[in-house]
Amino acid sequence: MARISRAEVERVALLARISLTDEESDRLVREFDSFLDYIDTLQEIDTEGVAPTAHPLSLPTPTRPDRPAAAMNVELVVANAPEAAESAFVVPKVIDTEAEG
Amino acid sequence: MSGLAQQFEVVIGLEVHAHLRTHSKLFSPAPILYGGAPNQSVHPICLALPGVLPVLNERAVELAVRACLAMNCEVHPRSIFARKNYFYPDLPKGYQISQYEEPLATGGWVDIAAEGEGDSAQKRRIRLTRIHMEEDAGKSIHDAAIAGADATLVDLNRAGVPMIEIVSEPDLRSAEEAGAYLRAVRSILRFTDVSDADMEKGHMRCDVNVSLRPRGSKEYGTRTELKNLNSFRFVEDAVSAEVARQTEVLRGGGRVQQCTLAYDPGTARTSVLRVKEDADDYRYFPDPDLIPLQLSADQIERLRAEVPELAEQRADRFGSEYGLSEYDAAQLTASPALADFFEVAARRHGAAKVVANWILRDVMQALNERELSIDASPLSPEALARLIGMVDENRTTVKSARSLVPELVESGGDPEALVAERGLAAVSDAGVIERAVAEVLAEHPENVELYRAGEEKVLNFLMGQVMRKTQGKANPSAVREILARELRK
Amino acid sequence: MAEGIGTLRELRAALDAGETSSVEIVSRCLQRAEACQPVLNAFVGLRAEAALREAEASDARRRRGEVRSPLDGLPLAIKDNLVQSGELTHCASRILEGFVSPYTSTAVEGLERSGAIVIGRTNMDEFAMGSSTEHSVAGPTRNPWDLDRAPGGSSGGSAAAVAARIVPAALGSDTGGSIRQPASFCGVVGIKPTYGRVSRWGLVAFASSLDQIGAFARTAADCAWVLEAIAGYDDRDSTSIPEPTPAYSGALDGDLSGLRLGLPREYFAAEGANAAVVKLVREAVSELERAGAKTVEVGLPHARYAIATYYSIANAEASSNLARFDGVRYGHRAAGAKGLTEMYRRTRAEGFGEEVKRRILLGTYFLSAGYYDAYYRKAQQVRTLLRGDFERALESCDALVTPTSPEVAFRLGEKTADPLTMYLSDVYTVSANLAGIPALSTPCGFVDGLPVGLQIIGPALDEATPLRIADGFQRLTDHHEACPGAFA
Ligand SMILES: [Mg+2]
Ligand SMILES: [Zn+2]
Repeated sequence: MARISRAEVERVALLARISLTDEESDRLVREFDSFLDYIDTLQEIDTEGVAPTAHPLSLPTPTRPDRPAAAMNVELVVANAPEAAESAFVVPKVIDTEAEG
Repeated sequence: MSGLAQQFEVVIGLEVHAHLRTHSKLFSPAPILYGGAPNQSVHPICLALPGVLPVLNERAVELAVRACLAMNCEVHPRSIFARKNYFYPDLPKGYQISQYEEPLATGGWVDIAAEGEGDSAQKRRIRLTRIHMEEDAGKSIHDAAIAGADATLVDLNRAGVPMIEIVSEPDLRSAEEAGAYLRAVRSILRFTDVSDADMEKGHMRCDVNVSLRPRGSKEYGTRTELKNLNSFRFVEDAVSAEVARQTEVLRGGGRVQQCTLAYDPGTARTSVLRVKEDADDYRYFPDPDLIPLQLSADQIERLRAEVPELAEQRADRFGSEYGLSEYDAAQLTASPALADFFEVAARRHGAAKVVANWILRDVMQALNERELSIDASPLSPEALARLIGMVDENRTTVKSARSLVPELVESGGDPEALVAERGLAAVSDAGVIERAVAEVLAEHPENVELYRAGEEKVLNFLMGQVMRKTQGKANPSAVREILARELRK
Repeated sequence: MAEGIGTLRELRAALDAGETSSVEIVSRCLQRAEACQPVLNAFVGLRAEAALREAEASDARRRRGEVRSPLDGLPLAIKDNLVQSGELTHCASRILEGFVSPYTSTAVEGLERSGAIVIGRTNMDEFAMGSSTEHSVAGPTRNPWDLDRAPGGSSGGSAAAVAARIVPAALGSDTGGSIRQPASFCGVVGIKPTYGRVSRWGLVAFASSLDQIGAFARTAADCAWVLEAIAGYDDRDSTSIPEPTPAYSGALDGDLSGLRLGLPREYFAAEGANAAVVKLVREAVSELERAGAKTVEVGLPHARYAIATYYSIANAEASSNLARFDGVRYGHRAAGAKGLTEMYRRTRAEGFGEEVKRRILLGTYFLSAGYYDAYYRKAQQVRTLLRGDFERALESCDALVTPTSPEVAFRLGEKTADPLTMYLSDVYTVSANLAGIPALSTPCGFVDGLPVGLQIIGPALDEATPLRIADGFQRLTDHHEACPGAFA
């Protein structure tokens, strides 16, 4: 009995915005399975009341003064872009069913 | 609606997003820019280039804490920045840095005037769930006219602008209350100088959760969410429209479906943007690039001391300190700029009530006619005080002074100079007035007779004649005095 | 082929003696890099012109008596996940194809400031996810000691380039052993400093709470020089340590007497490591004892959970860190997608390799609704316990000594079929990342002609002690001087 269904793998792949072939999905179901079994050894440990590690050292919160730096020149901003119109990035139209988080 | 309103109780909660007044972004030193060409105000951090890291803007924290304290929240000594993960073109990192578990502050409240009452209304206390800090996203331009039919443009100028999100409890019971609450929040944000809170300029926007329940029932009904409303009118109209829609659904025996809605001001109707799927999964987790935000009790107390007087407290003080009516005080605390203008002018002049009348009558009228706000007008409180002073000293008449207000409001200038060059100085020169009085008495012997016969009221008629002869510039008390003297002869 | 390049100290001496010039050294490096490339595939890009220009400038400085640092004029290589303004950075991934960085990482700035010269970018596992440098869009790097074997990873290109005497030193990054394990497989020294000692600004993130930049060289003393150039507080990295960088070179006095070395029971256990490897590590320990060091056995009760803890945390953070590679602002974008979601899904399917996709999907699952507490949060709690183990162990001693890897370099392709066995080759290295403490690997002998590494782990902020021990060990042994036959 698999730990994780193929539908679950496909849900995760959508969340991660990665399309999978059927072969990949099948393989991932198997890999998730053995990997989750391995990870589950952690459940043996009693972590009641143990604080999760936020940073290996306890440092004060660093902040920066509210001083603006020069903005990048717009040519440089879009220099690496697959597609741009003047200084804006261009992406395929957002289809209605794909809405913002 | 009223019949339905009796059948169902409206339950509303607001999530208000307000930009903080900083010079640079929340985690990037890019300057804040409103308007301007796309991507003019970005830094490698806003672009989420490979290898960049966030560093927290100190000022943003101070302003956020100040807002929390002004809204009576409990500010936590430790709060955590978390990643809210989702894909969208205007979200460069693929996650928004926000706060989830362990937000900056919880609890708190905002008071609004209860419905129906006059200006001496008792208050309704709207509870807050939490206030947290987060970064804004950029803008996606879908408009086919600009972006083309099958493309969307992405502008990251707004990406990373510091915001607080103020989440209310579902304590609001009508569209009007939602509007009142939003105005109260805006007033606090402005009086504390935390945000310009101008919805039209995009400094503030809100999501509204609306549900209906049968009167008397304790459970909440299924709620729908109206997203990104960016004007006061839209908020009130959208809520009314949604309440109407849900009422219809429920009365038709239907069930309200949990969903996100858009409001179309054109049709004044709400339409489903998307149904909430369970697939909605933001995978929040503490941002490993940022250390938990720690605030010492001292820091919090120091910031508490910096919280300035809010509109309500200031209006109360205007009543006790300057003897203004509750109504005038409320008018004068509509914005911090107006309240400051009043106080400076009042101190300069001395008679606060007189100054209040000039502002609420002449100055406000001139501003409204020109759709100006007081801080946008070149009229200085000192100038207004001097103008009123000239009237007190009989150096000009009330009539003349009032005629100058529109010009001062529009283009400013020095009242003394204006009075002089417009020839509006009051005439107190005895010679000029005596000449005018002599002429009037000569022209109206019959009235002189009547007066001497005891008809004292003709004095007013004669005064009017003298004023007319001097084009209203004569100092009235001088005229009355000389006239009385001459008549007694 | 141009003869092998000397150590940083040898080259420094030759420059100061006027026997050679920076231009000459850098050209030899570049020639050797070119000559070795078909065999090793250690580099993904060389910057010949810029490097030679910088070498001329350095020679001019030296003539004016304005030498900036011991590294001035000396060549180094950097891993392909450290950005340098105007240069390509790919992280060995198709998704970053054509990406030219408009800014420079703090570590590379440190090299530039010291006058060191970056000759090129080295091959790696895509986004540093791997232990063999086989998961690269540029193809695998080969181990100079046996071309049929992996150099280790993910910083395999840097390790191979130093082992093959192409460069005297190189930068790498270490998230779970990605510097130490390849150093061990290639017979060179590799150090991972304390988390936060070297700024991560400009290091393409894999797992933010574990990533740390470090150095490869042939001697501990050379590593100290490189570390002094790249370490230090940086206000652009919120996790950077606000402490001055110790003068590492000054600590290398060769005196090992009185040092207390801890031997973690769990790391010498029979079922774990290859017996021949453990034997060599024990011999190294006796060598250190002869030099006056004392040894104590210590316990790390949570060590056996390190791999499970590590992969839960690393994959979860990676799934979020790699969301920015979406085909919108830079890098690869799938052609002809209809609609945004399809563009995202095809871009990322085409742009990422199999291993990266596997980890993103696992990490996404760990963070997704209902699993966060069971996986990410649980792992961060176990991490706290593991840190406690190391803090306690390092109270009773100055450093821990262990094998770096349970085995010697494995064959290319040997572990790619089964990801889990690949993950297990990090079993001795991941803990230092989870605890955030410094650790290095130094050569301690050979099994069947393949190098074995000795791992030395120090307490937080104390890179000096592991460096001092490794330097002392190198004064007593010559394992680090051995050169792979084909590259002598
Ligand atoms: Mg919200
Ligand atoms: Zn929000």
